[in-house]
Parts: sequence; C-alpha cells; structure tokens
Amino acid sequence: MSGAGSPYAPHDDEDREAMLDAVGVDSVEALFDMPDAVRFDGEFGIEPKSEQRVQAAVAETLAGNDDVVEFLGRGHYNHYVPAVVDRLSQRSEFITSYTQYQPEVTQGFLQALFEYQSLVVELTGLDIANCSMYDAATALGEAALLASRVRAVDGSTVLVPASMRSERRSVLDNYVAGTDLTVEEYPTSGGTVDPDVLADQLGDEVVLVYVESPSMRGTIVENLGGVGEAIAAENALFCLGSDPVALSLLERPVDAGVDIVVGDAASLGLETAYGMGLGMFATREAFLRQVPGRLVGAGTDDAGTRAYTLTLQTREQHIRRERATSNICTNQAWLALRAAIHAAWLGSRGLVDLAEQCVELPRDLAASIDTIDGITAPVDDGYHFREFVAHTDQPAPAIRDDLLEHGFAVHAIGDHELQFCVTDANEAHTEDLLTALEAVV
Amino acid sequence: MPEDPAVYDQARYQDGDRTEPLLQEQHEETTEIDSALPDELTRDSLSVPGPAEPELARHYMRLAQMNYAIETGPYPLGSCTMKYNPAFTEAVADQPSAGVHPDRPASTVQGTLAVYAELQEALAQIGGMDAVSLQPPAGAAGEFVGIRIAAAYHEDNDEGDQRSEVIIPDAAHGTNFASAAMGGYDVVELPSGDDGRVNLDALEAALSEDTAALMLTNPNTLGLFERDIETIADRVHDAGGLLYYDGANLNALLGRVRPGDMGFDVMHYNVHKTFATPHGGGGPGAGPVGVQDYLAQYLPAPRVRETDAGEYEQFDPEATIGKVHGYYGNWLVLVKAHAYIQRLGDAGLRDASATAVLNANYLASQIEYDVPYTPFHHEFVATAGDRDAADVAKRMLDYGVHPPTTKWPELVDEALMTEPTEAESKRSLDRLAAAFNAVERDDADAVARAPERTAVRRIDQADAARNPRLSWHDLLDDDA
Repeated sequence: MSGAGSPYAPHDDEDREAMLDAVGVDSVEALFDMPDAVRFDGEFGIEPKSEQRVQAAVAETLAGNDDVVEFLGRGHYNHYVPAVVDRLSQRSEFITSYTQYQPEVTQGFLQALFEYQSLVVELTGLDIANCSMYDAATALGEAALLASRVRAVDGSTVLVPASMRSERRSVLDNYVAGTDLTVEEYPTSGGTVDPDVLADQLGDEVVLVYVESPSMRGTIVENLGGVGEAIAAENALFCLGSDPVALSLLERPVDAGVDIVVGDAASLGLETAYGMGLGMFATREAFLRQVPGRLVGAGTDDAGTRAYTLTLQTREQHIRRERATSNICTNQAWLALRAAIHAAWLGSRGLVDLAEQCVELPRDLAASIDTIDGITAPVDDGYHFREFVAHTDQPAPAIRDDLLEHGFAVHAIGDHELQFCVTDANEAHTEDLLTALEAVV
Repeated sequence: MPEDPAVYDQARYQDGDRTEPLLQEQHEETTEIDSALPDELTRDSLSVPGPAEPELARHYMRLAQMNYAIETGPYPLGSCTMKYNPAFTEAVADQPSAGVHPDRPASTVQGTLAVYAELQEALAQIGGMDAVSLQPPAGAAGEFVGIRIAAAYHEDNDEGDQRSEVIIPDAAHGTNFASAAMGGYDVVELPSGDDGRVNLDALEAALSEDTAALMLTNPNTLGLFERDIETIADRVHDAGGLLYYDGANLNALLGRVRPGDMGFDVMHYNVHKTFATPHGGGGPGAGPVGVQDYLAQYLPAPRVRETDAGEYEQFDPEATIGKVHGYYGNWLVLVKAHAYIQRLGDAGLRDASATAVLNANYLASQIEYDVPYTPFHHEFVATAGDRDAADVAKRMLDYGVHPPTTKWPELVDEALMTEPTEAESKRSLDRLAAAFNAVERDDADAVARAPERTAVRRIDQADAARNPRLSWHDLLDDDA
C-alpha cells in the first residue's frame, strides 16, 4: 500500500493483489476473524511522519534535558566507551538477531556471550556466570529466589544492608513476594559492614546475606573474608553486589567465600542511559541447575568442531514453565556483547588501570573538597571507589540546587550529606566543580 | 565459513602452541597490580585477553559474519515478531542528550520525561488502556507486574489469600506459567478446545472463588482470534478475577481491536516485537504494562505525568506495587519504540498489522504443509507431518533462511510456528516458501544430516548439557 502504509512493509499494489488472489480473498479485511462488537473504529491520533521529522522532533524534545555535568553514581556509572564498541555492536548481524535458538547460524553471538560469561567468571572467581539479567536489582531478586530453592537452613530471612538503595530493595521485595522469604536490614557504618555486627544478626533463620562492595556510599568493605566466614558459619549464602570495573582490582569474591555475585555490568560498554543496566549473575557450580536465565556452553558439532550453544535449557520457562528457575526470557544480551568488547579492548592492564583510577580520583577530589570551608570530605573512613560522601555545614539539598545552577549535578543523600562520583568521564570538570563549590558552600 | 578462534585462543595460534594456556600468558601481563589500596583489599592478578584494536575489530567482525539476523534474511519465528528494525531509531537513541543519569532531578531531564509521557500516552491509546508504566524491562517482567497488580488488587478486596490461582491456556507462552509461579500462584492449566481456542465449559470448570486472573494471548499462539472474548471476559469478571493480556501477538491487531475494548484489565506490550526495536541477540527489550483506570493506583513507581504548568514530573501511584527495575526500565529501547510509533502513526500501524496478516496467509498458501487450525492471523502453525520438526528446521538453514519456531505449541504435531511479519516482501516470502517446500521434497537422510552449509554442523546438545563448559576456564581445564 503506498502513501499511508507502513514504510517497512514493502508490498506494492500488484504484489498485494497477487497475494490476495493466492489466498483466495478479496481484501485483507476478510482475513480478520473477530467479532464486530470488539472492533475499534477510532483513531489513536498519531499522525504518520517522515523519518526526518521524527528525528527532529525527538531531538527537540530531548533538548529539554539540561546540559549539566554529572557527578552522579550510586549504582549507575559512566566510563568512556571506546568507539569500536558502537561500531561492532551495531553491526546488523548482531543487533538485529534473535535469541540463539538455531545455534548453527548464530555462532557469532553465542561465542561473544561465551566470552562475556568467561569475563565474569574470571572477575568473580566463581565457576559459572549466566549471559545476563535485566539489571543489578533484578539480579539480586533472582539471587534471593535461588537461595530460597537451595537453602540449607530452616529459616526464610534475607539480610540486606541498611545503606542499599531503596529502589533496589523495592525490586527485591517484589521478587520475594511470592515466596516465604522476608527481607530484613542489617546496620551499616559508612556503608560497609562489620563482621561482628553482622554475626550478631545471623542465625539459622537467615538464608542469604547481601553485601555491597563498593557500597552505595562508595566505600570498599575491608574485611570481606571475615564477613564470608561469619555467613558461612551459619550456613547462609553470601551474595555480593559489585561491578566488573571494581572486580578488576578488588579482592576476588570467591576468595572471600562469596556464593553469588550480582551487580550491574553496564559499567562496561554502556555510558549513562537513564538507569538501563546489564544484570551480572555468577555463582558456584553446585547451584548450576538452579541458575536463572540463559547459559551458553561450548561443545562440538557432528564434525567434531568446537561450537557454542544455549545449554541446560530445561531450567528455563519455555521448557519447564511454572517449574522454571525464573520467568526471564528476553534479557540484555546485546549489552553483554558490548561489555565483552569493551573489556577486550581494555584487556587486563586497561581494566586494572581503569579500576585504579576509580580509587585515586575520588581520593584526590575528596582531599580537594576538604580544603573548602563549610564542607568536609570524605565522611567515611577507609578506601573509596568512584564516589564518596561529604558533610556540609549548611543544608545539603540547598547546596545541591545551587550547584545545579552552576551546571553540576551531585547527590544530596541526607540533610547535610552530598555524594560525589568521579570517573574518567567527568574528571576533566573537577576544577570547575571545586570553583562552583567554593561559590555555593 | 571457517571457525574463528576465540579471543582467548588467538595468542595460542600466534605462538603456534595450542597447549599453552593463554590465561597464564595474560596473567604475567597483569600480576603487577600496583594499587593505592592495601594488598589485602586487592586481587592478585587478572587474566582478561586484550588484543590490539585491529585484532579485536576483526575478531568481532568474524563473529558478526557467523550470525544470522533480520538484515541477512527472513526470520519467521512464531510469537517472536522478527520485523525489520528501522535504522533511524538507532540514531534517535544515540543522541548525546539521551544519555543522562537516572538520579538527576526531574527539572533537568524534562526532555527524557516528555518522551516517557508521550510513549505512555501512545501505548495507552494503542492498547485501549487508561494508564501505562514503561518500567518492566521485558515481556516477562511485564507479566510479573500484572501478577503483582492482581495480588495487590485482591489484597485490597480482602481476598488476597483466597484467590490463589492463575488460569493459563495450555498453549500459552512459557513465561505466563513462570511469571504466575514467581508471584506465588498455583497455575491452573486450561485445556484448549477442539477448535484450538478457549473452551468455555473448561473455563467455567476452572473458574472459582480461588481465581486471581486468567492470562490470555489473543490471537492465541495458533494465530486464532478468541472469538468468545466478550463471554470469556464476562465470566472471568463474574468470578471476581482479572483478565490479563499477553501482548506478544499484538502485531496482529493494531488499529483493529484493542485489548482494553475486549475487556482486558491489564496487559503488557512487547516493544521489541510489535514496535520494531531490535532484539539484540536476545535483548534488551521492554515490556510496558497498561491497565484500566481502577488498577492505575497499583502500577510500578514512579510514573510520569504532565503538570498543569506544562512540566513533567514523576509520581508514585498511591497503592503502587513498588519497583521491578532498579531505575526506569530500558530507556534506550523505549525511545526507539517511541520513534517507530511516531513514524508510522495510525495509518502505518494499521497497515503493519494488515500486511503481517496478509503475509502469514500468503506464505501458508504457498507451502506444502498442512496448517490444521484456521483462520489464523499474523502467524500460523503448520505441521511437519511424519518428519521431525526440528530436523526440518535444520534443513531450512541449508537453504539460507531462518526456520520457524519448532515443536510448539504442542496442540499441533511436529509444529512449525511461523510468523513472517509485515517486513517480508512477496519475493522474500516466495523464497521462504521455496525453502519449506524444498525440505519437504528432500530425502530423509539429507534432512537428518542437516545442516551442512552453516558455520558449524549440527551441535551435540546432549553432550553440551551433560558436560557443561560455560567459560574459557572450563575449556582450559579440558586442555590441561
């Protein structure tokens, strides 16, 4: 149909007539078998537009976003993504392909996902990683459900840090709503957990303990091994929230007794995208058949050639239905591809250097901020990763608003607490931030 | 096509010694972790292969060349709606102004919020719903939101404990069952009638004061429209349950029938199906949820609305179920869906469905396979007869096209569930039909041996599952 039709439905009138003839009907309308009573004869009120007009309209709408420099983190991070990631991942063969249900013609994507899984295995030291969940929050929800299925205790409590984002907590609450699990908080100090404090709250009612390192306040948990021992002593599972850049430098989770690693792997491969994420999920081999989501395995074809395929699919909803390990189907595969390309571009050296920068930049920025009257930083002891909290003598929300007027976005996380996140993506603006801070504090 | 060595294999090829573990080589490169952190806080080493960019680019290009995609050929997977992904939507999502942090104050992201508001409104119109949340990051996440909303609704009516069952037709998508179970519900499977649709007597028998919801796909997975939808809706509502619409097959209905008008209370949209956002090899997609007015208070938090002053703000629905994504869903996918809907408009969306239905009917008329259930719409389920549908699919690969979904729904023996979408030209459909028919004429051996013309031959699935090798570490262990 010309003119008013979909520009992506390529029939001309002649084809259409020939097809209708072949089917044996006079019009397309005759193919719709539905009662008149439910037919819609109204309009959506959306006028068709040219590609050029849509592009211009969306650009104009998005121009409504203020041009500010972000010193924002708290779970969603910005690092420079090399151009090769866009160029390769946007190849049509990758981005317009479907889930690899016919592996013989999707070896490319399967191998890329296998490499992503391998990356996560290397970073965590755990035996297996799936090829993605939606984001850090839903990965945590899935970790709780896995723990519920494999639990070695009679209880039903999931312990989470008081310092975690309320949004993440809300997702977890929804994920466990259909189970007997209940979620409780343990106290944190400066965002991190003390093994002795945690031990007081542990008992045989605890199924899973979730720890974040780096924490939402940017602090690195110092005695992760001690935390792991306390948790193991009570037969609970240890779930660590982290991300691939941090894990490139910090203690390997497996060495601290971690059973499940979750987090947002989109800190590689994706610049800030309004919270869009890549859920990382890794665990021990013992839980292999309880893992949620898709797994890519290496095997061989009939000719003995190495080949990759989705495997252990009997865990999944399309086979196991209500007894599946999760309802997840569509995942974040394309972002896993991007993370894998980014990681390979960096290599070990690049990853470690990037992570080291995430230790040094906040240390230096905090020291500079601390020299300004009316603000002290960092509030928390210990080491930081990417971000830190500062104390303000004057109310923090007002300072945040004033900084916004100067073109800088920071977090106000308390009446007198600001949080700053600094990475390679915004470090060029730290001098200007300091100048603005001096003006507004 | 030749095998392309994995990144981690390349160094082995380069130094000519396939037995030398690359990880050890990489390890040497990185043992010197010289950190500002004390040793006890850091790992000892990291072993991630880091080829130079030219090698990296060639590696992933080779992988791309070993991947079938919509832009390499037709992809008629039933219930997956693999339609063409317009190139310009990628450019729309790539704008720097789209890349903002989610914790920015609303006043500084008015543009992003405006896109949310416009897309919410367009989807509400298309679905005949009163309110929409864009937060669920996939269709299954949308289903889970629907289940949680049903739970909250019944809870508010003091029937939360009582209504413990979700009814799902036997031929429904697997996610329906899994989402209901994840929400803590018992699944009651509804056997299909002889005509492939919901059997009203069976429905009556399944409904009770325990019913929380009926999840329905319409057209169903056979492509058949549930003609009794009004009666179905009445009976579910009379029993006190909610009617959930699985939007996987919405591409059949655009502009002709709206779920809201059929009596559905809550639905999800698969924007990566109906609204042409790329599947990305398995995701990301997005699964916005629409509801009737009386359920809007339960939608995930936050939603976006325009104030009287013409600004956009986020707000929490008063009885919200909370969140199902850490932030606001798959934003970059949503903006592509928005661009697609705005490009097509009313007429284009209506034509997309008409052409999708015409294409399915035309393709079915050209293949030498029986299609037991009719009249179908945007997809049909053919039977491979006395052949194994999975074998037929493998042989189709040899003819250069992607096969349909196989062996499902089980109502059809050796099912070939086929959805060509509106994007295929007559010529492309003829090519697809020719592949179907060529396989039909092939001898049994050729079909059983297939595929022979692909990057790899048929993969030993049983071995892959029996001996899971899920990372290069497992492969190196094998070598050792």
